[in-house]
Amino acid sequence: MKTIKTRYSMIIAGVPLVFLAVFYFYPLIRIFNLSLISDGTWNLEGFGKLVSTPYYVRTLWFTTWQAAVSTVLTLIIALPGAYVFARYRFSGKNILQSFTAIPFVLPSVVVAAAFHALLGPRGILNTWLMNDFAFATPPIKLDHTIWFILMAHVFYNYTVVLRIVGSAWSRLQPSLTEAAHMLGASPWKTFRKITFPLLFPSISAASLLVFIFCFSSFGVILILGGPRYATIEVEIYRQAVHIFNLPMAAALSLIQICFTFVFMWVYTTLQRRASITLYPESRSATQKKPVGRRQKIIVWANILVMVIMLGSPLIALVIQSFRAPDGFSLVFYRAIFANRAQSIFYVPPVEAIAYSVGFAFAALVLSLIIGGCAATFIARGGKRITSILDPVFMLPLATSAVTLGFGYIIALDRPPLNLRTSMILIPLAHTLVAYPFVVRSILPALRSIPENLRESAAMLGASPFQAWMKVVMPIVRRSIVVGAVFAFTVSIGEFGATVFVARPQTPTMPLAIYRFLGQPGIMNYGQAMAMSTLLMLVTAAGFLFLERIRITSGGEF
Amino acid sequence: MKKVILQRDGFFLFQDEVIPMKKYGIYFFILALSLTVLTGCSKGCKPDDIKVITIMTHDSFSISEGIIGIFEKENNVNVRFIKSGDAGAALNQAILSRENPLADIFYGVDNTFMSRALKAGIFVSYDSPLLSAVDDRFELDTEHSLLPVDYSDICLNYDKAWFKDRGIAPPESLEDLIKPEYKGLSVVENPATSSPGLGFLLATIGHFGSEHYLDYWKELRKNDVLVTDGWEDAYWGQFSAASEGVRPIVVSYASSPPAEVHFSQKPLDEAPTAAVTAPGTAFRQIEFAGILKGCKNPEIARKLIDFMLDKTFQEDIPLQMFVFPVNSKARLPEVFARHARLAEEPVKVSPEDIAQNREQWIEAWTINVLR
Amino acid sequence: MALLELRSISKTFNHDPALDHVNLDIEEGTILCLLGPSGCGKTTLLRIIAGLEKADAGDVYFDNRDMAAIEPHRRNFGMMFQEFALFPHLNVMGNITFGLKMQNKSRAETLKRTREMLLLVGLEEYALRGVSELSGGERQRVALARTLAPRPKLVLLDEPFGSLDRALRERLLLEVRNILKRLGVTTVFVTHDQAEAYAVADIIAVMDKGRIEQTDTPENLYAHPANETVARFLGFHNLMEGLILPDKTISTDLGVLHHIDHNCTQGTEVTVLIRPDGAKIRDGSQPVEDRETIVNGIVKDCLFKGRNYHLEFQVSTGQVLVFELSNESRPSPDGSSLELILSPSAVVIMPHTKLLNRTIHD
Repeated sequence: MKTIKTRYSMIIAGVPLVFLAVFYFYPLIRIFNLSLISDGTWNLEGFGKLVSTPYYVRTLWFTTWQAAVSTVLTLIIALPGAYVFARYRFSGKNILQSFTAIPFVLPSVVVAAAFHALLGPRGILNTWLMNDFAFATPPIKLDHTIWFILMAHVFYNYTVVLRIVGSAWSRLQPSLTEAAHMLGASPWKTFRKITFPLLFPSISAASLLVFIFCFSSFGVILILGGPRYATIEVEIYRQAVHIFNLPMAAALSLIQICFTFVFMWVYTTLQRRASITLYPESRSATQKKPVGRRQKIIVWANILVMVIMLGSPLIALVIQSFRAPDGFSLVFYRAIFANRAQSIFYVPPVEAIAYSVGFAFAALVLSLIIGGCAATFIARGGKRITSILDPVFMLPLATSAVTLGFGYIIALDRPPLNLRTSMILIPLAHTLVAYPFVVRSILPALRSIPENLRESAAMLGASPFQAWMKVVMPIVRRSIVVGAVFAFTVSIGEFGATVFVARPQTPTMPLAIYRFLGQPGIMNYGQAMAMSTLLMLVTAAGFLFLERIRITSGGEF
Repeated sequence: MKKVILQRDGFFLFQDEVIPMKKYGIYFFILALSLTVLTGCSKGCKPDDIKVITIMTHDSFSISEGIIGIFEKENNVNVRFIKSGDAGAALNQAILSRENPLADIFYGVDNTFMSRALKAGIFVSYDSPLLSAVDDRFELDTEHSLLPVDYSDICLNYDKAWFKDRGIAPPESLEDLIKPEYKGLSVVENPATSSPGLGFLLATIGHFGSEHYLDYWKELRKNDVLVTDGWEDAYWGQFSAASEGVRPIVVSYASSPPAEVHFSQKPLDEAPTAAVTAPGTAFRQIEFAGILKGCKNPEIARKLIDFMLDKTFQEDIPLQMFVFPVNSKARLPEVFARHARLAEEPVKVSPEDIAQNREQWIEAWTINVLR
Repeated sequence: MALLELRSISKTFNHDPALDHVNLDIEEGTILCLLGPSGCGKTTLLRIIAGLEKADAGDVYFDNRDMAAIEPHRRNFGMMFQEFALFPHLNVMGNITFGLKMQNKSRAETLKRTREMLLLVGLEEYALRGVSELSGGERQRVALARTLAPRPKLVLLDEPFGSLDRALRERLLLEVRNILKRLGVTTVFVTHDQAEAYAVADIIAVMDKGRIEQTDTPENLYAHPANETVARFLGFHNLMEGLILPDKTISTDLGVLHHIDHNCTQGTEVTVLIRPDGAKIRDGSQPVEDRETIVNGIVKDCLFKGRNYHLEFQVSTGQVLVFELSNESRPSPDGSSLELILSPSAVVIMPHTKLLNRTIHD
């Protein structure tokens, strides 16, 4: 019996491990080998330079610091939203929820454009302030400041906290907080003593994702922060691409990976200690329409925050896509549907959408399989092995795209892994970034399932696989949908890795957007904005589709 | 929410499972099917007897569909492209894959990266007969393992309307930028992360000399120059003529003004921007192509290089990439001829010099300008 | 041959022995109860029978088959868990049909059986309720119906009444026993509550520290606890050391006691149990019958419990004995002295164990 159980968990662990071994560790080891070993000896000069140069130490510090601040800010702003989404029902909630995830897919150049349009020196807000309040110079100067970086990180990651914490919060029985109130705890105290500890697993899961995302932030730092700010990721790119100092890039990559591993390890330890078994409860029991002035204010205030924080830059973007020099028109949209330049690289939008959506769904399926297996294994496996594997499973999220991209070039060059020019590499690369989101979405839910549910399924004659399909899957279904939405989102907006693996004949929408922005001229700018708007639409449609699966697939719990 | 199915005997049947799993199954099936079709297509849809020749290049490369079609028809081949990030990233990948090249031809090494490419020895030389039509100035590699294809000048661009509205004279030289009246007007790119940025740094080095260029940059910094990491951010984010930016001077290309005209919404008589082309203000960037060592179709690769240097291809370059063709016989398109200007005396910095000092120059620049 | 045979089952958790060479036979059709304090290993034993846990040593035979290689889901045993473990994503119907579907029963049969089960537990109206809408007792019944629906060959119940309130528990005890008996299904049932065990079981196995101390019918168990551990667990506190005298009476601190057990050897040290129900108040100078013993002491506390009085009675040695006295006559007030008459049938002798000075409430 033990052997059967072991075999079962070996398969479960095997799927993600083999995937990681082939598409992550093998290419990384190859590129590190090439970079750090010359003529059979280790070249560790890079590491020495790393610790001895104040600049790199500062970079490391800045990377950590900005990621931590971004995470805290995101939590502060998004937790009330998660509460509102978990506890209240109101019309348009589904659409609003989909819309909060849209920022996640937008390329950083486009987000920068949106922020500029809104808050830039000649943006809507500054123009209004200068006109109506007679400021001589634009009063809001955010460009190339740390504030811009932090704002953008909150803008990007709001949805991570909203989704992951929201889904856990909705499963928390209101009776718990009610009991605390009855025992005389103030709302704040109740939150601190009851809600927060109970939500801790999901809050920390969301925080970790946000942190790692900001820790390896690239586009936002480059474009919004300007050259004064550099994260390790930026520095790796600089070393690998512009200076072609591979030993240095490899040293930085290793440092980045080690840091991520340490953060992850601390997190895993914390979370294991805080793991709480919650009985999944009926959602309808925990959600109600806001009644009374206080509740209505809470709900509306949060909707307002979402609309202002996330909505206004997006709206500015959409406006840009319609605003030709001589007034509003559809000229940019017409333009993207015609190959005016006769370029062989012209991308018909329909094709870009098809590729983007196709890759996204492929990545979604792969991520669910790999992330699902990884999460199942971590939730059930032995303490010692999972405390190592859990951090390992998260590493791809924080590994520099350029390092891995170079690794692919030298590692996947012969059969049976002759994939360098295959388009299969695109969903594979996306999966690598997307599946950690699936793991983190599903894991708290899996951990909250009491072991005896699985056992009673077994006693009723269900094999481990049947128990998983018929009991575990349906219970964590909502978390799976959350994971699926993330996988879809990550894939559809992925740019950093795509640039290395995509081929001109299989362009994605973000690539198409960058292609427009590569040349001067208002038409290019307008088309980029139009394409971005389409990207937003496609993303939103994808979410609604995924949410629909959830609703049509039977009762809620 | 609950779907109740009434059975014949009036007993209720449960609503939950089975149905949704089937539904998922259908989605997955469709997906799997479409993926198979897609992958099958990319491999199976081209006839087997036609050879494929691959060009590896950077993201900015573009060419007309019809032009490639001509070559394909003439030689009965398929031309495929691999784009791998910006110029630096693409070249590095070509170097990394030298054991087993991804392509037959690499296009897009410029004179700042040239030494790296030659040092790596990834190209085989080819003495194309068409080089006779190319000015010797462009043939920086005398071995001809890298052959020039196009060039352009990295220089200052300015917003014409901005200067006209305010009655300020537009800049004419690098020195103008450090004058008080130009305080806070210019935006440049980081040479460490952007190729126009590096070009402009080289322009200042060529103009002021490697001993004095830092003094100029210190002055520029005092005059509130804005540095961005990439051309996109500088042009689309900060340049007043192109976007919501407030800075009317930007480092771009001498061929950017014709692009503004070509990609305008309505036909324009005059470009909204202009390039500063006065002597000693620009750096000339030359782009090269070469045949990769160990490629599968050297024969056709040579033909394709010839084709790239020939008139048809060369005349297509300007409006696709907004750069100048090296073939002196190539006629420039009208919008180019009218609005594009060449730098009068671009600064001279040799590829060897660049290779040798590049890192050091950038480091010194970073310390003095950014920190 | 017994239906279920456990042979020398041992199991340790982190070096603590949880089960120590446990042997047990269960006949077909009986309800066997594993009774013991929490942590005695009874749940572990149940889980080993179920196959959810693997024994370190020993064998489980069911119907003469070694179960070692058979996975839990292939055993066709039913198990009811402590918190019922109802599937929260399924309604009552979905929970009950789960096992039937795993057996790939036809739809008609599934429906028929489910209806039977709902009728059996009296929840016909609840088929489409979500499990979160049920009360504790309803959940318990759903769990029972779910366990029984696939016609298990052996039913395992793990503290099935543990989380229910007292009144509900007492009502359901009988219901559950009746249902199990009506179906004639062999059952192993785990509890720490002796009242539950008495009410439901045919055979009770008392466990302590990973061993089975005694296996017997409820009546025998009550009448003749095998040793001090069992006695204490059954709620007997009137324990003392004694020595068998040549005339088979027992010399104790209380004096010489008579008893009805003749299987004892003169001169052996024993532990003596005086059952709480074997005493009555001596009314004035009421004559003492043959073999009865008079005990003097002080009333420490006396509670009226309806059918009887619960008396805490301090004897001359200082030991406090507990008696259930008939409610016919009220004992004297607290602090006053009292004479009790012990009947020899209330005296049980057990193998000697060194008695610790425990309080009566441990």
